[in-house]
Amino acid sequence: MSDITINVNGKPVSGPVEGRTLLVDFLRGAGLTGTHVGCDTSQCGACVVHVDGKAVKACSIFAVEAEGAEVATIEGQANPDGSLNVIQQAFQDHHGLQCGFCTPGMVMSAAALLKENPRPSEHEIREYLEGNICRCTGYHNIVKAIMAASGQDVSAIAAE
Amino acid sequence: MKGQGRSKATGPVQEETKMYAFDFERPDTIDDALKALGAEDAQPLSGGQTLIPTLKSRLAMPSKLVSLTAIPELKGICTSDDGALCVGAATTHAEVAAGAGAYPALAALAGNIGDPAVRNRGTIGGSLANNDPSACYPAAALASGATIVTNSRQIAADDFFDGMFTTVLDEGEIIVEVRFPVPQKASYQKFEQPASRFALVGVFVAKYPDGVRVAVTGAAEDGVFRWTQAETALSSDFSAGAVSGLDVPDNAMIGDLHGSPEYRAHLVKVMTGRAVKAAG
Ligand SMILES: Cc1cc2nc3c(=O)[nH]c(=O)nc-3n(C[C@H](O)[C@H](O)[C@H](O)COP(=O)(O)OP(=O)(O)OC[C@H]3O[C@@H](n4cnc5c(N)ncnc54)[C@H](O)[C@@H]3O)c2cc1C
Ligand code: FES
Ligand code: FES
Repeated sequence: MSDITINVNGKPVSGPVEGRTLLVDFLRGAGLTGTHVGCDTSQCGACVVHVDGKAVKACSIFAVEAEGAEVATIEGQANPDGSLNVIQQAFQDHHGLQCGFCTPGMVMSAAALLKENPRPSEHEIREYLEGNICRCTGYHNIVKAIMAASGQDVSAIAAE
Repeated sequence: MKGQGRSKATGPVQEETKMYAFDFERPDTIDDALKALGAEDAQPLSGGQTLIPTLKSRLAMPSKLVSLTAIPELKGICTSDDGALCVGAATTHAEVAAGAGAYPALAALAGNIGDPAVRNRGTIGGSLANNDPSACYPAAALASGATIVTNSRQIAADDFFDGMFTTVLDEGEIIVEVRFPVPQKASYQKFEQPASRFALVGVFVAKYPDGVRVAVTGAAEDGVFRWTQAETALSSDFSAGAVSGLDVPDNAMIGDLHGSPEYRAHLVKVMTGRAVKAAG
């Protein structure tokens, strides 16, 4: 066991880790349980966070590898006044979630996408979300929410 | 919120218990990495996108993991004096997708591996060392006649792959760089296995002044292979039509719930034709 410090959502978080401690367990152990674990195979994307600005599966990186990095999680996404940010609000407005298990990963992936590509096409959104699995929504409303969050008109897209 | 749960987490928490314990080192030079790898049962860790799930299923039990991701010498893309594209072993798929403009078919292959989060961590060195029979990079290395540079020697791609999940790398030997001669035309066509997004069959076709090379991944039980009949046909006539008259390759093909051996053999031909067309 050794103690490490990772900047999470702009604040230093310290804790003891072993070599095998995954970043997701470090975060959840620190009470940041918004980052979910949905699989053992690095496939579901429920655990997506940003490490130095890049979308990464927190279940597939050891905590020690993120030492000194800037990590962003779903807990840091809301606006400073506590209201939902534009992506989160769009998920609510367009019913982009049902059970909500995949949602933290979806929102973090969407945020990474919109940073790279501020007005993605529907196809680009679907491609980008390849590593985020949702068992409830059928994806249509997630895609719609992300289009809306990027300021695009979604009124012509049928409600699902 | 900070500290909650962690204060009581004196032992390993849920996920960690899945993995056997190991020591962890994160050196910043190749020399230190090699020293650390000298320990018995030590293993290199690159992007972890294959090794971490493997550790979770307890299919590996290293005494020590030596991370290669903090070593600047192992990262980056450049062009050598002889025009080859050199990619550092710890360069991520996303970095190759964005930075290998000198070899567009290679950049496109990297940009189509897995999903964005996998591409932000997974590396070329890890992919080649792992030699998954359905992985993409082995096809690029073999079709390009690439050279795999390790800490101790240079290995031609033709000699590097040694059957599925096996390479000629020795214990403690690491890939440092991969050198790709840049072809005149090339394309990689991947027929995706929709659940894993690996190649059900992937074909990389590369045309060089001295002939065409065709490498196939995903299909054969022995892993990536060169389809020499197609190479001969395409070297004299670089057109999709030159492939359509050939018999399918006679390698022993993988059969699983995603596709029978016959289906895969057929796909090899179809994807080769598409790759030739896409290469233009
Ligand atoms: C959801 C998902 C989808 C994927 N889809 C694809 C796909 O479509 N196509 C594809 O090709 N791959 C795919 N992959 C695999 C991915 O490309 C991995 O990144 C890659 O196979 C391994 O690279 P890594 O850097 O993560 O290596 P690691 O997981 O860190 O290591 C893999 C193995 O290589 C060894 N190793 C690592 N680096 C070196 C080195 N420099 N020298 C010697 N040995 C080394 C390690 O000891 C280990 O045995 C996918 C993975 C996931 C999780
Ligand atoms: S928990 Fe499923 S990808 Fe991380
Ligand atoms: S909303 Fe339930 S998994 Fe996506």
